[in-house]
Amino acid sequence: MIEENEVDLLLTDLLDVYGYDFTHYSRASLKRRINRIWALDKFPSFAELRYRIRSDADYLRRFVEELTVNVTEMFRDPQFYKALRTEVLHTLAAKPFIRIWHAGCSTGEEVFSMAILLHEANLLHKSLLYATDLNPEVLETARKGIFSLAPMKQYSESYILSGGIYDFSSYYTAQYGYVKFRTDFAEKMVFSTHNLVSDRSFNEFDLIMCRNVLIYFDKALQQRVMNLFDESLGPLGYLALGAKETLKFSSLQPRFKQLDGEKIWRKIS
Amino acid sequence: MAKNKLTPACEAVVIGGSTGSIEVLLSLLPHLPASLSFALIIVVHRKNTADSTLANLLSLKTNSPLYEVDDKDGIKPGNIYLAPADYHLLIEKNRVFALDDSEKINYSRPSIDVTFESAADVYGPALVGILLSGANADGSLGMTAIKKAGGTLVVQQPETAQVGFMPQQAILTNDVDYVLDVSGLIAFLNSLNSVY
Repeated sequence: MIEENEVDLLLTDLLDVYGYDFTHYSRASLKRRINRIWALDKFPSFAELRYRIRSDADYLRRFVEELTVNVTEMFRDPQFYKALRTEVLHTLAAKPFIRIWHAGCSTGEEVFSMAILLHEANLLHKSLLYATDLNPEVLETARKGIFSLAPMKQYSESYILSGGIYDFSSYYTAQYGYVKFRTDFAEKMVFSTHNLVSDRSFNEFDLIMCRNVLIYFDKALQQRVMNLFDESLGPLGYLALGAKETLKFSSLQPRFKQLDGEKIWRKIS
Repeated sequence: MAKNKLTPACEAVVIGGSTGSIEVLLSLLPHLPASLSFALIIVVHRKNTADSTLANLLSLKTNSPLYEVDDKDGIKPGNIYLAPADYHLLIEKNRVFALDDSEKINYSRPSIDVTFESAADVYGPALVGILLSGANADGSLGMTAIKKAGGTLVVQQPETAQVGFMPQQAILTNDVDYVLDVSGLIAFLNSLNSVY
């Protein structure tokens, strides 16, 4: 088990040697992740784990990928997607062009879920989905639009619960235990690395999706990211967070209005 | 209880359970004082839905404020907290909750082990861990962590549990301090409550 001061040493190394700043991540969660990697990769001591990270850039990529949580699914919380369909996309439909940012998109399951919503609302042709993550590896997976076949049955159920009326499997082709989503969906997506800790706003968006990313940050970093989102949202733009995330600790709260019962806020000033 | 004179006053109680544990909670909660001197943190396995039916059900049975945890909620004595469905529940050193949606552990999210280990890290000897009815081995490693940090272990008497496997596992793998039936659990929790 890693000691508190050893966590500090690793975080300092990551910042000094590679410029990755995890010092404002949730400490309890980080500690658990580091213990997990330590056990998975069978390091006999902390010193050896630390040496490997400092000296091996290839290992660093694996370490950062394991340190950050990349668990995601399609149509998670179907009621949330239902609200996107009925409330948000309905409103955005009037715009000549729709820009959506998936911040911390991981392997892209939510980006493809959104593409399906836009397609069914007949809006995909005038939309652009920007998908960013700090991990180049997960973005590579997202860019390919190839996912494991195993969870598709559950995704299909969530899709139906979100108000989907088509045959979910019509959106992908299955082969050898994997599925590949329609390539015309991927044409509307732009994937790029972006670190919410250190990088700046890069466009103006109508909707920002950032679900279950802020839970990994402490309150100070959450505030920084909220400000970044605020700068990146156009007037009356929407911000969507995870089921247990909230603006209640943020100074921005008065400037946003929450949709009834949903983790979707609209910028009102 | 004599033991509590030797150890620091209880700051938090974590309760874990799976199949058959909701019934135990429903009979326990009405018998606790309305002003608890510790925070009561509940982690039970349940379906992956974001609805708050369980929180509503439990809050009907207690006069203490009961919350389903939102990210970064502060932990206060006197309150009862319920781990939300589909997230692991962790605790930061500054006594705020942190949620985590990483991989399931023992097919479970929330995982009892995750919360117990994290709570042991923060509260040390001022923590009591209670494990109730359930059909898998989640919680046993968490109990080990609590014991190692100096905390107190309590397990529902397996014969009185709807499913005895989870408490039984904890007894087999840990040096448990108390094995109690429901009325014993009620008496124990009341004995923890120090009067200001």
